[in-house]
Amino acid sequence: MTVEHVLVVVALLAGLAGGYQLARSRRRGRRSERPQAIHQILLPFAGPAISRRAVDAALRLARAEEATLMPAYLATVPKQLPLECSIPAEAARAMPILEAIEQRATGQGVEVDSRIERGRSYRHALARLLDHERFDRVVVPATADPGAGFSGDDLVWLLQKAPAEVLILRPGPEDRAFVGGNREPA
Amino acid sequence: MAAAAGAADDGGVRTARRGQLKVFIGMAAGVGKTFRMLQEGHAEQAGGRDVAIGYVEPHRRPETSAQAEGLEAIPRRRLAYRETDLEEMNLPALLARAPQLALIDELAHTNAPGAEHAKRYEDVRAVLAAGIDVFSTVNVQHLESLNDQVAELTGTRVRETIPDAVLGEADEVVLIDLTPQALIERLRAGKVYPGENVEAALGNFFTVENLLALREVALRQVAQEVEAKRLTIEEALGTRQERVAAAAPQAVGERVLALVRPQPSSQRLVRRAWRSAQRLGTGLDLLWVKPPNQTIAGEVERQATALRHLASVLGATFLVEESDSLVDGAAGVVRERGITYVMVGESLPRRGLARLREPLPQRLMRAMPPGVDVRIVARRGDNGGAR
Repeated sequence: MTVEHVLVVVALLAGLAGGYQLARSRRRGRRSERPQAIHQILLPFAGPAISRRAVDAALRLARAEEATLMPAYLATVPKQLPLECSIPAEAARAMPILEAIEQRATGQGVEVDSRIERGRSYRHALARLLDHERFDRVVVPATADPGAGFSGDDLVWLLQKAPAEVLILRPGPEDRAFVGGNREPA
Repeated sequence: MAAAAGAADDGGVRTARRGQLKVFIGMAAGVGKTFRMLQEGHAEQAGGRDVAIGYVEPHRRPETSAQAEGLEAIPRRRLAYRETDLEEMNLPALLARAPQLALIDELAHTNAPGAEHAKRYEDVRAVLAAGIDVFSTVNVQHLESLNDQVAELTGTRVRETIPDAVLGEADEVVLIDLTPQALIERLRAGKVYPGENVEAALGNFFTVENLLALREVALRQVAQEVEAKRLTIEEALGTRQERVAAAAPQAVGERVLALVRPQPSSQRLVRRAWRSAQRLGTGLDLLWVKPPNQTIAGEVERQATALRHLASVLGATFLVEESDSLVDGAAGVVRERGITYVMVGESLPRRGLARLREPLPQRLMRAMPPGVDVRIVARRGDNGGAR
C-alpha cells in the first residue's frame, strides 16, 4: 500500500466522521427548534384491561412527538392495609396489560416507561403519580361503563390538577377491544 | 410424636425435656383442624398416653363436640372483663394436671386481660416448657408474615396473629386440606357455622376466589416449613455439607435476583423476574451495581426511584451495591443472600474490541457459586439490560 492509498483512506474516514457529526448536530438543531417538545405522555388506566383505541391513540401521539409513553396502572389499596404495602394481586393484574402495551409500542418504535401507582382510590393513585412524575401530556380514556375507569368527576378533577395538556378520549363502540387482561384480547 | 411419649414421669419426677409441638394448619375455619386434632388425641390415648384437652372451641359444631367426648377436659376458668365473664384456658390447672399430651385449640387466640399471658401461643410455650407435648391449631392468615398478603387477597384482615417463629418452633406441621368447593358445601350444610350466619359467610369471606388464594398460601407455607425442616435435619446429619460446596450459602428454597440498571427497559426485566419468583413461590431481589463515581441525579435518580417504587409494589427488595465490576458486585450479593437464580437483560450487540470480551452471562456463571442459574431476558428492541 502506497502513501497515497493511506492518505485516501484517512481522508475517507475523516469525511465519514465529519458527515456523521454534521448530521447529528442538524438533527439536534431541528429538535431544539421545535417549540415545547413533548417528551413524556402519561396513559393512566385502571381495571383489568384498557381499550385498544386509547392505547393506539397514545402511541400515535408518542410516535409523532418522539415522546416516551408512560402507561400507568392505578391500583387501589384497601383502607385496612398500609398505603405503601406490596400488592401482589394487583401487580399480577397489571403485568399482562403493561406487557401488551409495551409490545404494541415496540412494534411502532415508541419507548415505554411503565408505572404501577397505589392509592386509596383511582383518583388518589393518579394524584400521587402527578406529584412525583413529570410529563407533558396526559391521554385518558373516558368510559361509558360506570364503575370502570375514570368517572366524569375524575376527569374534571384531572383537568384542574394535571400540570400538562390533557387529552380525553370520547368513549366509542371500538372500546370493546381491549389490550391485556381478561377481556377480549386485542 | 408417640415416640417422645416416654419423656413424662420417671419415678414421680418430670424430666426437664421440652414438650413436642404439633400444629394443624388450615386455609380457613371449617376445614377440620380441631376435628383432626381430637381424632389424633384419641389415637394417642388409645396408644396408652395420658391425654387431656386444655382448650377446644367446638364453635357449636356437633361433629366436633362429639369427637371431644371420651377425652378428659381441664375445666375452663372465667375471667371478668368489662362486666363480662370470658372463658379461657386454665393454664395453672393444666400445668398442675400435667398430662403427657395437651390439646390446645386456636394458637393465635388473644387471652382476656388477667390471664398469665396476652396470647395463647405464650400459654402453649409455657406448657411445652413444662415438658408436656401439645397439639394445636391455626389458620394460615394468622401468621404475621402472611397477614398483609392474605388481607390483600381476601379483603379481610385478621387481627389475631402469631409470629412466624411460633410455627417454626413446631416439631410437626400438618396441613388440613380441603378443596374450596368441599368447604363451601360443608358451610352450606351448616357444618361450619349456625344456619343464620351461613349466607353472610358465603357472601363475604368464603368465596371460591378467596379460598383458592388461601389454599395456595397454606400449601406454600407448609411446603416451606417442610423444606426448612428437611434442610435443618440434613445439616445436623452432615449430609448437606457433603453435597454442597463450602462456598455455597445455606439456601432454603429458591431466591431470584434481577440485575437492573436505572433505565426504563429494566422494568420489563423486573416484571419477568417477578413472575418467575411468583411461580417458584419465592422472594425477589433487584440489584443495581452502581459504579462508585456515578452520581445519582437527574434521569438516573428518577429511574432509580421508579425501580425502588416498583420493588415496593411487588414486595421485592431493591439493593444498590457500589462496585467497579458488575460481575464482582453481583457475585457478592448472590453469595450473601443465598440467590439461586439470576436474571439479566439481553446485552446490546457488541462492536469493535468489545466483541473479544467474554459475554456477561458466562462471566457471571464463573464468578458465582456452583448451582446458581443465569437466565437472559430478551430485549424488545429497546436499549435494555445490564451489560
